[in-house]
Formats: sequence, C-alpha cells, structure tokens
Amino acid sequence: MVKRIVSGAHYGLKDWLIQRVTAVVMAFYSLFLIGFFLTQPLTYASWNSLFYSLPVRLASLLFLFSVLIHAWVGMRDIFMDYIHPTFIRLTLHVAVILALMAYAAWAVQILWSVQ
Amino acid sequence: MGRSRPVYLNLFKIRLPLPGVVSIMHRASGALLFLLLPVLLFVLQLSLASEQGFAEVQGWFRLPLVKLLLIGVIWGYLHHFCMGLRYLALDLDIGVDLPQARFSSWLVLAVSIGATILTGAWLW
Repeated sequence: MVKRIVSGAHYGLKDWLIQRVTAVVMAFYSLFLIGFFLTQPLTYASWNSLFYSLPVRLASLLFLFSVLIHAWVGMRDIFMDYIHPTFIRLTLHVAVILALMAYAAWAVQILWSVQ
Repeated sequence: MGRSRPVYLNLFKIRLPLPGVVSIMHRASGALLFLLLPVLLFVLQLSLASEQGFAEVQGWFRLPLVKLLLIGVIWGYLHHFCMGLRYLALDLDIGVDLPQARFSSWLVLAVSIGATILTGAWLW
C-alpha cells in the first residue's frame, strides 16, 4: 500500500464533474438567451411572456441553480487557496452557503411570480 | 508525497505566463460575478415584476455610467464563458501542449474582448 497524506474526503472528482456539468447547462442557457436578445424586440411584453412559459421558467431555474452550485465550488476553491486561517475560511464558507441558499429561494420566488 | 496539504503559494513571487494570466482572470471574473449575484437577481426581479419596474430598469441602463458597468460585467461573463470552454477542451485533451495552450489563451482574450466591444457598440 502507498502511504500518503490526502486532503479532504475524496470530494475532488465529484466537484470536478459538477463544475463541468453546471458549466455546460449555463453555456446552453446563455446561448438561448443571447438568441432571444438578437431575434426579439426587448419590451416588457416579450420579456414577461418569455419567462411566463413553463419550459423557459424551468430552464431558467436549472440555469440559476447551476450558477449557485458552480459558485459554491468556485468560491470554496478560492477560499481554500488564499484564506489560510481556518476559522476565517470556514466562516466564509458558511456565509457563502447561506447566501446561496437564500438566492435559491429568491430565484424560485422571482420566476414563479411572473404573471 | 509526504508534503502536508493543502499547499499555500506566495502569489507575489510568481510571474505568470499568459495561460496563467487568463486563468487568474477566470477566477477574478468568477468571484466578481458571485458578488454581483444579488444585484443581478434584483434587476431580474424588478424587470419581471411590472411594466413600471421594467421601465425603471431600462431607465438605469440608459445612464452612461451604468452602461459602462454593464459592459464591464459582460466582459467578466464572456471571459469566464470563453475560459470555461477552453477548460472543457483541455479536459478532452484538446490544446494541452504549450504552443496550443498559449494560442488558446490569446484566443480567449481576443474573442471575449471582441465580443464585449460588439455588445458595447450594440448597447450604446
């Protein structure tokens, strides 16, 4: 057996995959939205009816959740690299997690109050 | 082997080559976009809430300073987007050798800045 010191509990591969899957979701949604901006006149009516349709609403929710998960992995990596004192780093982790959970609820509320 | 991890680096002793520069810009733009999430959600909420809210958002985006800030955010998004595609390509073993990696770094800079200028011209 090779003896080695590892950091953390084998979350690396899972996070690597999550970061890429969420990136692909965001890339396709971005292209869809760019397509809307390029082909449709931007008025309240067109903007509102875009997000009123259920498929677009669900795609937007998938996009926003992907953003939040992607942001968690990214911010955690940044903190792991640059914030050395454990207490401050863990406090920042908790702050980011709480903020992202609040944003998730906010995103649902925004999308599901479109009339 | 045997080194204690995680390893911390002294950033001020490192002179970055171009792939390193675009990589740190990927991080910086990602962190910026994270910090702007509440602002973006707020703008989305207001723009969808009512006709008046939409008009209010449109009014803000007509201010030159806000336009400049928006173009900055768009650059951050496009840089992060293009770098993301570059990383996905690297994962597929495309462009791993140094000359190609340098070229794709230039490409990311050129495409994201070019697209930002086009978007800026369209917005103005």
